[in-house]
Amino acid sequence: MKKLILALALCAVAAAASAQGNDLKVAIDPTYEPFTFKTADGKPTGFDVDIASAVCEQIKRKCVFVEQVWDSMIPGLQAKKYDVIISSMSITEDRLKVVDFTDKYYNTPSKIVVKNDIKFTDAASLKGKRIGVLKGSTQEKYANGELKKAGVVVVPYEAQDQVYLDIKSGRLDGTVADVIEVTGGFLSKQEGKDYGVVGPELYIPKYFGTGAGFAIRKGETALKAELNAAIKTIRANGTYKKINDKYFKIDVYGK
Amino acid sequence: MNWEVIFREESLAMYGEGLLTTLGLLISSLAIGGVLALIFALMLTGQSRVLQRIVGAYTFVIRGTPLLIQVYMIYYGLAQLEWIQTRWDTVWPWTYFKDAFFCALLAFSLNTAGYTAEMLAGAIRETSAGEIESAQAFGMSRFQLMLRIVLPSAMRRTLPAYSNEVVMMLHSTSLASAVPAMLDLTAAASRIYSDFYLPFEAYLFAAAIYLCCTFCLVGAFKPLERHFLAHLAPRTN
Amino acid sequence: MSAYYASILYGALLTIGVSLAALLVSVLLGLLGAGAKLSGSRLLVALATGYTTIIRGIPELVLMLLVFYGGSIGINRLLELSGTGATLDINPFTAGVLTLGFIYGAYMTETFRGAILAIPRGQFEAAAAFGMAPVQIFLRITAPQMVRHAVPGFTNNWLVLIKATALVSLIGLQEMTYLAKQASAATRSPFAFFLFTASLFLIYTWVSLTLLRKLHGRYSLGAKRGEL
Repeated sequence: MKKLILALALCAVAAAASAQGNDLKVAIDPTYEPFTFKTADGKPTGFDVDIASAVCEQIKRKCVFVEQVWDSMIPGLQAKKYDVIISSMSITEDRLKVVDFTDKYYNTPSKIVVKNDIKFTDAASLKGKRIGVLKGSTQEKYANGELKKAGVVVVPYEAQDQVYLDIKSGRLDGTVADVIEVTGGFLSKQEGKDYGVVGPELYIPKYFGTGAGFAIRKGETALKAELNAAIKTIRANGTYKKINDKYFKIDVYGK
Repeated sequence: MNWEVIFREESLAMYGEGLLTTLGLLISSLAIGGVLALIFALMLTGQSRVLQRIVGAYTFVIRGTPLLIQVYMIYYGLAQLEWIQTRWDTVWPWTYFKDAFFCALLAFSLNTAGYTAEMLAGAIRETSAGEIESAQAFGMSRFQLMLRIVLPSAMRRTLPAYSNEVVMMLHSTSLASAVPAMLDLTAAASRIYSDFYLPFEAYLFAAAIYLCCTFCLVGAFKPLERHFLAHLAPRTN
Repeated sequence: MSAYYASILYGALLTIGVSLAALLVSVLLGLLGAGAKLSGSRLLVALATGYTTIIRGIPELVLMLLVFYGGSIGINRLLELSGTGATLDINPFTAGVLTLGFIYGAYMTETFRGAILAIPRGQFEAAAAFGMAPVQIFLRITAPQMVRHAVPGFTNNWLVLIKATALVSLIGLQEMTYLAKQASAATRSPFAFFLFTASLFLIYTWVSLTLLRKLHGRYSLGAKRGEL
């Protein structure tokens, strides 16, 4: 009797483990409007989500979206909680040491965002100001690398929309964020009307990498090839343009 | 297991900073919470029904909602109020609400005050009737009665339960990691984990430090209990 | 906006689910632990004492992070070694239930141990004299009498457990605290959402207290109490 129960339990576990056979688990951080966010009733939506769905259609697998906090994205990938990260993750040298990336699917710069009444000339003009950044992001690396030494107080947050919450309440003076994201997620809203982007477009590869790609575990060459082919296809057949135009007025594929 | 990374200088420095923040939060919130608890306990066992109801409602809410939600409420919720926003740049004491450490401290203090107040109030109510009657027969005023007879006795009897509360508070400080910009021990471990992808090592090290602190606290309370509750111990001769 | 509130209500169901599942695990572990501590065996007593001491010495959050992030990697490494291609994922629900059950099992051990010790020894001796098997003794003698003594400690542990489920939001389970945090950041109105979630917790706590008080009353029928 006991052996039977044990056998059944093992079967159940094996079944559960292999049932995910054809689903593609995609990790997203849904706090990054308009790339990845959720509607009020909890459905993931945004540029990243639509691109992911289009790619899944191409490779004939079902996309299952898994939410994850940004700074545990890569550890979660390595722990096999999901198979791919499609959440505006920039391709940087540091990240390439631990994971693999497909080709880029968009490339937009970041910029510093502060209140309009702050006269910005260079990093030193922000001395003493509190700048919020997303923990584990390329913007955080930049802020810690360039702004901290000029006397700026860099405050890390676990989600980008929490940065906006604290900017709105006045705890922060600004942030370093992707231009498109900060426009869609903050500046275009009522709360962002006193704020604006300042300074040059930050394309520094040392910090920001070479565009956003899908992150996969090292060694998954088959999946990488599939995804790359799918990206090429949707770029060619107009699906990419359709999704791009749904959210943005400009072409985000970039250089 | 890769322990080399944990024992690097920068990592140990981060853990050290985290430990200092944790202990700082613990001691400050126990101190502030302790004073508040005394005041609340007196209100709970006092003669004013109104105060009793108000403080009773306060402890009901504090003990009925998770500390995490209390922390979020104080850090994010209060910051949202226009009233606070217009004052916290210039008007003292509202300037403190801008600071993350203060918000965490306030949440922990209010929380421990709620629990300790109920403990202390319970001990006050359980004070032996005979002692109270003899004090009143001596002509002591209510104030003198409280100060000389009831409170010393009640505080001693709360000691075992309070030692539990202190350990609980140490563990609760790990929730400071949920507040942005707070680097307590758990946040330090999380940082090491996300930087080096070593969850086991990072969190086990933090767990070991917490375990040591817990043992120290429990060890510190034993002689205290022996001294202050000597009068309740069984006969040894 | 109201869709956010609706989703938080669904999250509340998940909170209730996690807490009840964790309660089950903790009661089982508590009974096993109490049994181990009260058995004569030095080994079992040492194991049980080690369990309760260590668990009560580590914050719940740290344990949860260890189990959720560390556990998956550990299990997957073992599976890799076994050669099968399978991957087992510990989802947040399971990690939360196991961790909370494990932690509160330690507290329940102490509660049940105290409750069993409160039953007069003569009852066990009489039952043995009647020739009852250990299982019969437990079901007919120990358990009914234990309930009365265990209820205050059990109530306490249960209330703390309910509130600890909020911590499972920090490992990504989409229960009400997690959803409230996301909704509040997305709509920039934390006050309303956290107030709503706090009220839901209060209702949950209050209902539990009332039900457990009734249970205590039911199992105290016939117990003599001194006139204070």
